Amino acid sequence: MTITDPMTASADAANQEQTVSRVVYTADDGTVTEIDGRPGDSIMETAVRNGVPGIIGECGGSLSCATCHVFVAAETLALVGTPGDLEDEMLDGTAVEREENSRLSCQIKLQSGCRYHVTTPSEQI
Amino acid sequence: MDTTLIVGACQAGVQLASVMRDLGDTDSIILIGEEAHRPYQRPPLSKGWLKSELTPDDVILRSREWFAGRGIELISGDRVVTVHRDPDGSGTATTLGGRVIRFTRLALTTGASVRRLTVAGTDYRGVHYLRDADDALTLEPALREPDVDHVVVIGGGFIGLETAAVARQLGKSVTVLEAGPRLVGRVVAEETSAFYLAAHRRRGTEVVLDARITRIVGDDASAAGQKGSVTGVELADGRIVPADLVVVGIGVVPRVELADQLGLEIDNGIVVDATCRASDGRTVAAGDCASMPNPYPLGLGGRVRLESVNNALEQAKIAAATLLGRPEPYVSVPWFWSDQADLKLQIAGLSTGYDEVVVRGEPDSEKFGVLYYRDGRLIAADMVNRPAEFMAVRHALMKGHTIPPDAAADVDVPLKQSVIDPAALAA
Ligand SMILES: Cc1cc2nc3c(=O)[nH]c(=O)nc-3n(C[C@H](O)[C@H](O)[C@H](O)COP(=O)(O)OP(=O)(O)OC[C@H]3O[C@@H](n4cnc5c(N)ncnc54)[C@H](O)[C@@H]3O)c2cc1C
Ligand code: FES
Repeated sequence: MTITDPMTASADAANQEQTVSRVVYTADDGTVTEIDGRPGDSIMETAVRNGVPGIIGECGGSLSCATCHVFVAAETLALVGTPGDLEDEMLDGTAVEREENSRLSCQIKLQSGCRYHVTTPSEQI
Repeated sequence: MDTTLIVGACQAGVQLASVMRDLGDTDSIILIGEEAHRPYQRPPLSKGWLKSELTPDDVILRSREWFAGRGIELISGDRVVTVHRDPDGSGTATTLGGRVIRFTRLALTTGASVRRLTVAGTDYRGVHYLRDADDALTLEPALREPDVDHVVVIGGGFIGLETAAVARQLGKSVTVLEAGPRLVGRVVAEETSAFYLAAHRRRGTEVVLDARITRIVGDDASAAGQKGSVTGVELADGRIVPADLVVVGIGVVPRVELADQLGLEIDNGIVVDATCRASDGRTVAAGDCASMPNPYPLGLGGRVRLESVNNALEQAKIAAATLLGRPEPYVSVPWFWSDQADLKLQIAGLSTGYDEVVVRGEPDSEKFGVLYYRDGRLIAADMVNRPAEFMAVRHALMKGHTIPPDAAADVDVPLKQSVIDPAALAA
């Protein structure tokens, strides 16, 4: 059986052209996880694919679940812009009440070679 | 030492393996999937993927490093063809590729496969199904071929409608043929069906309800051994709907072959109890392949086989706990979403046994909701382009709260403010 798999066309190959970004996730209990993320991936995807606790991302980033809520650290705010209308509405329904720096992390795409810091809420559902 | 074999490496299978590790299992876990891809998400296949917005890397569920780091042995591109258990409960599975896998615990997360259309002509070139990544990898470029003008979608369920919406956005002339009297009739109330009918027609899609398809027609083979291409779909009244491309989305059937070999009870899926345990008391099953007595709503729900990401994830959690001898009850509020053109549908709860619906807002405004009640209690809602209200309903349902029907109908009061605790009222 020959397997040609476009789906396994590796992320690693793509990464070589762009510089990875670093995402620092601080959990509600203070645990810190640092992950290298592929530019273009979201902060949610980077967390879920690597098993970072505190982010669920049930809808896979389609802005339907609000289980990828994060608080963006002050030093990262300038990198990530502001939520769009739909995201803004979904943020009204997060499990932990939204704050000024709340975002849905599936909507934050990593740029090349940047450092991001987010804190995850105590609950996502 | 135990060896857990999980057959089916998609939403449910990956979650099951993940939760077993979370629950502290350090023994061997083997996750095997027939598809020659890393485990991935299906929902985008009829949405962002078809719109060419995504690359394969965007839909994978977990990185390779994750599987390695968690000590989960992932086998892709091989199918389990036989499975049996010895009297001591351990067992052996064999695969198409010749592997022989011994296990002590077994989980079936085999999902579902597309229901095939049984009329003549489905083997013409240009007739597609959409379930797997391979289907999407073929369909996405096929939809963009320059000589494809007329697209016919057979089946007016969510996948059919999502596909129709993408084809329409690509400028194709699109016809949806639905066998039933209304769209998505299996899942939503008439009000929601009527809205989707109007919304798709407004966008220029032709929708035929009560469509009886007699055959698919095509042209002659161009070269020896090569099948001809589809040219149309014939209806019982003799009309032929022209088609350069056909997508069939008429539902799925649960994959129960292995359960059958094990002699497990099967009834529209693998019959499991509330802890995802099959009839042999040992094997667990979760996701699209499993039929579970779902307590939702109000503890009154019945046996149901759900097809959703949320259900696959929730059942997999329960199944993992059961395999480790620590069964837990199902407590989730089921939910689902569908994105068609610029219409975001979010469904909270299950409307099983509803006896009243309330329409909130004006459907033609394309921002409205349908709320379902049973014995005066809110049990579910379909929300179109009202994400904040969807979240409000979902949270209310999770807490066992309700929204009085008259308040739900009043668009001037935010839904969130009308949520009440029926227990507090009774007290
Ligand atoms: C196009 C599309 C769009 C969808 N959109 C949505 C949506 O918007 N929202 C939502 O909630 N849900 C959606 N769904 C449904 C959702 O994807 C499914 O409910 C979910 O994937 C179920 O997960 P599962 O793991 O139970 O089964 P599956 O996803 O079916 O996975 C089962 C896997 O097991 C493998 N397998 C089966 N038998 C064997 C064997 N003997 N040996 C080895 N491997 C085997 C199969 O190849 C398959 O990969 C969509 C589905 C499709 C197809
Ligand atoms: S992952 Fe669902 S809204 Fe972000």
